[in-house]
Amino acid sequence: MNRVRLATVWLDGCSGCHMSLLDMDERLLDLADRVELVYSPLVDHKEYPEDVDLVLVEGSVSSEEDLHKIRKIRRQSKILISLGDCAVTGNVPAMRNPFKTAEVLRRVYVENVSVESPTPNQVVPALLARVRPVHEVVPVDVFVPGCPPSADTIFWTLTELLEGRRPDLTGKTRFGA
Amino acid sequence: MTPAVSDVKTLQIDGIDVSAQADQTILDAAREKGLSIPTLCHLDGLGDVGACRLCLVEIKGTSKLLPACVTRVEEGMEVTTQSERLLKYRRMTLELLFAERNHVCSVCVANGHCDLQVLGQAHGLTHVQFPYRYPKLPMDASHDRFVVDHNRCVLCTRCVRVCDEVEGAHTWDVMSRGIGSMVITDLHQPWGESDTCTSCGKCVQVCPTGALFEKGKARLVAKSRDFLPYLAMMREGK
Repeated sequence: MNRVRLATVWLDGCSGCHMSLLDMDERLLDLADRVELVYSPLVDHKEYPEDVDLVLVEGSVSSEEDLHKIRKIRRQSKILISLGDCAVTGNVPAMRNPFKTAEVLRRVYVENVSVESPTPNQVVPALLARVRPVHEVVPVDVFVPGCPPSADTIFWTLTELLEGRRPDLTGKTRFGA
Repeated sequence: MTPAVSDVKTLQIDGIDVSAQADQTILDAAREKGLSIPTLCHLDGLGDVGACRLCLVEIKGTSKLLPACVTRVEEGMEVTTQSERLLKYRRMTLELLFAERNHVCSVCVANGHCDLQVLGQAHGLTHVQFPYRYPKLPMDASHDRFVVDHNRCVLCTRCVRVCDEVEGAHTWDVMSRGIGSMVITDLHQPWGESDTCTSCGKCVQVCPTGALFEKGKARLVAKSRDFLPYLAMMREGK
């Protein structure tokens, strides 16, 4: 039997959604029989593979790197799931949006430090002018709000998708849950 | 006293025959029959203003949608409170409310006790299709006990009405128009410097979101609003 090719991605989020994913505990074993984890911060693949069936995206699109990644992810995945409030709404990362990027960097690297360090402009990806939820950048197939969505919600969403159904999350989770 | 026959109107709401007093609104009549219409700016015990547009209903014979909270019942009216079209507009209204200011549920004091959040969930809102505006809005923490965070305000004007109608202080009002509207204390002075505020806290209790909250509490407990219909009833001597 061909197992479903599952990927999970961590953009601008706190990894709490991935923690919640791991909170599925022994149900992870049920899932392991049915999916192959082809890309994730939890495993060691470096390149996002071709032909991913399901991808869970945690985090908002905040940097040039996020933007590059999410476009590639969309191209190479069948079903894209926005997992958690950062991916769905922008959430906490988007709280910088009322301010200019330069103001944010000055606050972090100049005003709030005891020893002044240079604002990084090499190696680390440049911040976008505005943090955006995933669906403002690429089409999203399933939205799972929550901060983080509970393990039950994630498990239910995945099993619905594995059964070939489109999950209806009405009443199951909410913004900030 | 039994009302005169002419004071009673008979109408249909969602196909159910309803009789109501002539001065009742569609919302009153529907709720008496156990029919639910979503509301946000309405609060039992306060005057209605029809600000939030969530209680819009269809009335046969008019193409306009009308707010149930400020539309009086009429003889022979045929009202529909639930339809695909209404659900579409109610969802759109909620999405626009979420997109208009900075509603970050996960870090909001009202998370778990927020009328907007509950309405979003009840209407199956899993995301907001409109681009968020991210306006730069102030907080005023100058009052000894309370804070106003304009990021979370939905301009329902419950605070304005409870302060005016129930407390009689009229500290709160609305400034400017359209997207620039803001609730203000006195003549747009810091809340802590208000001459009229009695620090009664009624505005905090009626606020549907985390826009008004008490200092020193990281999480709101459920708000108490039961006093409102009771006060209104006692004052009217009903």
